[in-house]
Amino acid sequence: MIPKFSKLHAAFVAGVAIVALGVSSAVVPAAKAADPIKIGFSMALTGGLAGGGKQALVAMEMWAADVNKKGGLLGRQVKLIYYDDQTNPKNVPGIYAKLLDIDKVDFVVSGYGTNLIAPAMPVVIERELVFIGLFGMANNKKWKYDRYFQILPSGPDPAVDFSRAWFDTVMQLKPTPKSIAFVAADAEFARNLKEGAVKNAKRLGLKITYNKNFKPGTPDFTPIIRAVNATNPDVFYVASYPPGSAGMTRAISEVGTKVKAFGGGMVGLQFAGIMKGLGPKLNGVLNYDFYVPEPNMNLYPGVQDLLARYQKVAPSRKVDPLGYYLAPWAYAYLQILGDAVNAVGEIDHAAIAKHIHATEFSTVVGKVKFGKNGEWSKGRTLTVQWQNIKNKNDLQQFTKPGTRKIMAPAAFATGTVKPFNALR
Amino acid sequence: MFSLELLLNALVIGILLGGFYAALSIGLSISFGLLDIVNIAHPAFIILGAFICFTFNSHYGFDPILVGLIFSPIFFILGTIIYKIYYESFEKTGATALRGLAFFFGVMFIIEVLLIIFFGVDFQMVQADYIDYKVQFGVVDIPFRMFVPFAVAMIMTFGLQYFSSRTFFGRAMQAVAQDPLALRLMAIDPARIKRIAFGISLATCSIAGALLVIVIPIEPSVGRLYIGQVFAIVVLGGLGSQSGTLIAAMLLGLVESLITTFFGPSWAPAVAFGALILVLAFKPTGILGRVGDTRG
Repeated sequence: MIPKFSKLHAAFVAGVAIVALGVSSAVVPAAKAADPIKIGFSMALTGGLAGGGKQALVAMEMWAADVNKKGGLLGRQVKLIYYDDQTNPKNVPGIYAKLLDIDKVDFVVSGYGTNLIAPAMPVVIERELVFIGLFGMANNKKWKYDRYFQILPSGPDPAVDFSRAWFDTVMQLKPTPKSIAFVAADAEFARNLKEGAVKNAKRLGLKITYNKNFKPGTPDFTPIIRAVNATNPDVFYVASYPPGSAGMTRAISEVGTKVKAFGGGMVGLQFAGIMKGLGPKLNGVLNYDFYVPEPNMNLYPGVQDLLARYQKVAPSRKVDPLGYYLAPWAYAYLQILGDAVNAVGEIDHAAIAKHIHATEFSTVVGKVKFGKNGEWSKGRTLTVQWQNIKNKNDLQQFTKPGTRKIMAPAAFATGTVKPFNALR
Repeated sequence: MFSLELLLNALVIGILLGGFYAALSIGLSISFGLLDIVNIAHPAFIILGAFICFTFNSHYGFDPILVGLIFSPIFFILGTIIYKIYYESFEKTGATALRGLAFFFGVMFIIEVLLIIFFGVDFQMVQADYIDYKVQFGVVDIPFRMFVPFAVAMIMTFGLQYFSSRTFFGRAMQAVAQDPLALRLMAIDPARIKRIAFGISLATCSIAGALLVIVIPIEPSVGRLYIGQVFAIVVLGGLGSQSGTLIAAMLLGLVESLITTFFGPSWAPAVAFGALILVLAFKPTGILGRVGDTRG
């Protein structure tokens, strides 16, 4: 007789099985070809960051196709080999070990996001490989690895520089803010971001009235907004992931607030589905961004052509229909690797790293120059304010200039910051 | 930072949040609590329901709750089919433990992959007029984004409670959990009762999906965030008790809301699950679990 299986046992087994199945269900790579240059990476194709990961993959495939059309790298075709990390950091080391030991890739680049770059670092450092990251926040802070580079345009001190423009912008408000509240999702990227923002607040002498984290998966944020309101801050900095960003924005609409600026490090507000869903609730939010359809962004050569091509294939690939947030940057980090390989003329990781350190690259996201720690030598994170959003459920309004006006950096500015409630 | 205004709002939001949690858990209290089926795919079915609501809302402007209600009979039929497969493959042969669990894992992954194929991986939200509406009673705000799911969850929970305690079939559902042999001796087929009960459990997923997509943005794997929570609520409430599930969900919602308001959101899950352990330590059968039920 089979003994009766206790439910708590079953639930425990379920937990173990979730982890086990997560590790084992990687995407099967494309078939091997003759002598291509192989570039391997893990990518979030399912799970919480898949919206960004799939968007990045489309752009990376466009880069590979463009390069191959021009004859490849070093006269060899380029082949991308990738596996789904399921937005689970535990899957990443195994994926990179497989890429290097079994697939024998020539180069690896990172998957999307801080939490998924961090676990790849030890594997890559051990093999002394060039490693370019896609949107990681301060991943090299601990390692100080001289072959690491980061396409996220934060700046030499990434966690602090990322929010520098946001703080510079809010300090233009009249009367000048004197106090600030912080809320962050309890995950590495958001915590790093908040840590840097706290340093900026201290530099500017802002009094911190509230500083807490919340667990990912929190369904309702109204208690947090009320708790923040009770401390009466002048401005409110939030570092969050897509569900949290949407939840916070909705909650502040419901509860109301007296803060003069709200936003900062909210990931996901740039995603088409969330922009469309939130619509006018976004008005007044002051947040970071990297590319917005404002006239000054035409300074990036080739970006509009890239986005037009991306938007053509996006519906059939079921990815973000606009691609503003990640596609140009995913294209650019491979563009830098490709240019460096061609310039060095051979697969020599030491020489390629040295070349990347020494060179200013022309990419679809403009000129890129890295500093000693592999971060951008000068930051170019945008601070944008959502304005003039009139319609619910209308994605097209976000493709026109004027809905996300650029406040900083000054070279790109298309508007001046207004108090949060003045735009509600 | 304590104030009466904060306290009252925290209590109200806690109750509304509890209602939302109850909606997510109530179907599981039938499948896991009454039928002994570890349906780990329950949250995935809720996400499936949520995506159906999203589709009809974004393309045709249908109200998500209306879509959830319309699709609940289809989910019921789906549930009876899934149970039939489960019964024939596992329960009939007594292999309901690990293999049954693996079966529902498989179902969960199939649902997620199908959702990715059809909808992609982007976050999606729905529109309904009441989502932006709120009413104010003195210092207390009631956002309809939370109140509507609460109200629907209450109707669903009390409806199910009435059904399972006052109707012949409902009592048969309770009986099948306690003594299937006795049921057989009364010429009632336990497998048929369980098949229909599992169908009802899945029918609630369609409505719960509508409520979920009103409260949070959805993507195909977002259900995984709630696996631990819904199972914990069902165990805390007492296996098979819909009223217990409702009380447990309210308790969790209230603890989360009060802790978030007065001590910070990062403490909320630790305190909520600490309360779960505490209750189970003093009452291992859960809040309204039957004395002598050692299944938990």
